[in-house]
Amino acid sequence: MSQIVLTAERLSVGYWAGGGAPAVVLRDLNLTLHSGALVCLIGQNGAGKSTLMRTLAAVQRPLAGTVRIGGEDVHQLPIKRRARLISIVLTERAQTGLLSAREVTALGRLPHTDWTGRLSEADRAIVDWALQAVGAQVLAARPISELSDGERQKVMIARALAQETPLIFLDEPTAFLDLPCRVEIMALLRRLAHCTGRAILLSTHDLELALRSADRIWLLDGDGALQAGAPEDLVLSGAFARAFASESAAFDASSGTFKLCTEVRGALAVQGEGLRALWTRRALERAGFVVRQQMPAPFCVQVTQDGWQWRATHYSSLEALVEALLNANADPA
Amino acid sequence: MATRSEAQAWQSARLALRLGRRSIVFTALLIAVCGMFCLALAVGSVSVPLEDVLRALLGQATSRPAYATIVTQFRMPRALTALLAGAALAVGGVQMQTLFRNPLTDPFVLGVSAGASLGVALVVLAVGTTGASILAGIGLLGDFSMAAAASLGAAVMLLIVLSFAQRTQSILTLLIVGLMLGYAVSALVSLLLYFSIPERIQAYINWTFGSFGGVTWRQLPILALLIGVGLALSLALVKPLNALLLGEAYAQSMGINLRRARLGIILSTALLAGAVTAFCGPIGFLGIAVPHLSRILLRTADHCALLPTAMLLGALVAMLADLIAQVPGRQIILPLNAITALIGAPVVALIVMRQRSLRDAFSA
Repeated sequence: MSQIVLTAERLSVGYWAGGGAPAVVLRDLNLTLHSGALVCLIGQNGAGKSTLMRTLAAVQRPLAGTVRIGGEDVHQLPIKRRARLISIVLTERAQTGLLSAREVTALGRLPHTDWTGRLSEADRAIVDWALQAVGAQVLAARPISELSDGERQKVMIARALAQETPLIFLDEPTAFLDLPCRVEIMALLRRLAHCTGRAILLSTHDLELALRSADRIWLLDGDGALQAGAPEDLVLSGAFARAFASESAAFDASSGTFKLCTEVRGALAVQGEGLRALWTRRALERAGFVVRQQMPAPFCVQVTQDGWQWRATHYSSLEALVEALLNANADPA
Repeated sequence: MATRSEAQAWQSARLALRLGRRSIVFTALLIAVCGMFCLALAVGSVSVPLEDVLRALLGQATSRPAYATIVTQFRMPRALTALLAGAALAVGGVQMQTLFRNPLTDPFVLGVSAGASLGVALVVLAVGTTGASILAGIGLLGDFSMAAAASLGAAVMLLIVLSFAQRTQSILTLLIVGLMLGYAVSALVSLLLYFSIPERIQAYINWTFGSFGGVTWRQLPILALLIGVGLALSLALVKPLNALLLGEAYAQSMGINLRRARLGIILSTALLAGAVTAFCGPIGFLGIAVPHLSRILLRTADHCALLPTAMLLGALVAMLADLIAQVPGRQIILPLNAITALIGAPVVALIVMRQRSLRDAFSA
């Protein structure tokens, strides 16, 4: 059974703007974080992701309400005690040259050591375990400046693990990584949450990856409210589509992806099966056509063995087909 | 393709080398500092045989009675001053470079030496215009007056910078405020110079050349005490200094009280730089170069290793510079600041150009 690690009650976050009324970004939030769960915080730019993370991590004070970890008010705790409850990983590349991956990881032990920072045998064992847990033991002796962005972020996660806190907050940890790295880091965080029992909260812009890997999603709708739930529940309730509604893109609940809203040029039907038919539909949609089940013969595209057939003409690539469709569309005669 | 176990063996070999490197660097520097200290006592306008240097150190009779006087009364305080000042400036430089995350900062970046300069300038330049009675009072105080004025100037500057540090959140703001304060104070000194008479200007300029030779046995304990406190404070700050290597946000998340750490680092650096400037004049270059050389030697920015190494290397370089400035065998003494920069700057430029470590240390 997972336990509640963090509770936020009637939490309002925002900024005290120059003496006047506070600028409230999010109001009246009631939130819980459970041990062993990966929670993704998503929302558009400016929805308040960072403000909420900073407030939960007690870097900034709430406008109202409380954040409690095990009954203790996070914002009243001395900074040394807090460092044993919450560890963080930031977006920016840690600006540290001349420290090895092991030295960086070992810095995570700081809250547990005396004033000299000397590591005990137990501390060393924890550092080794943390490096191993993120699969970075082979990087241990390498200077952090020689590592790739993805490897570096793994080491920073190892550092957070070594800090041995029940909570780990990550502020857009995958922002600067390429797709394979992003997938790898998310899979790693999910595994760490489940295996080590830590409560992991991360903010991300990567919705598709969040939908696939998060145990729970905190969705900021941009109007100061937060909806929490399993990813699929939020998709089905339409919360996703509402939160990310914009003029140029729409959330497509059937595929869990975003579609660009282009000018509608007409309706077509695709006849065919399998992967080739699927990507034909994608190509037509990208070009601005609505794809329907049934259409009169002149508006049917046929997927054949070696290409595409439309109005008795054979096309060997989708590019050629789309070009012909657009030409016909511009000239209805 | 190396297999996994081969890679691991290679990694652990590298780790062993790094751990070994620390003790090798440390031992070598320790021996070099002892050797340089003896050399500093032996070499000068008159050469004293090493045998007699050791005898003088042990309080035994030397082959010529004058040797004992030269070694204990003149060269020993000078060498000890160089040793202390070098260690102080190097550690101050390490602390400022870590605090501001900037490779170009030195211990004087907070305006401490500018404050000391103003103190000295006021004493040396302004007294001529304010009357003979003050001059008499200064004359009574003797050599101490310059040190006292410089200390006072440095201390006032320190208080100003600390009050700014309390108020501002951004470390960059503090850096800029420190630099601007330094410029403003230097401008005041320029004004004083402009309205002063040539003899006094010469006296002031002589002070700015820097020298380890002005500290007497009577003053040495004060200098040693100030620097000792500064160095002890610095060693007590190893943990926050290391945490700051990851940036302020990470440091805070690891339980470091940023405000307290910042004040401690500034206080320690100002004490070190202020004491050296007060007694030896504004000694440039050491504070910026030695930290870089130490990192290159160690290949790590871990302050547990970096601070002691910087102390030893700073002491070594300061004594070497003083030795060269005294032009062994000749009666002339060159300005210390000219030597440190003239010889040191090309050496450091060369080393840094051939090393990736400096870039590694500050860019990520």
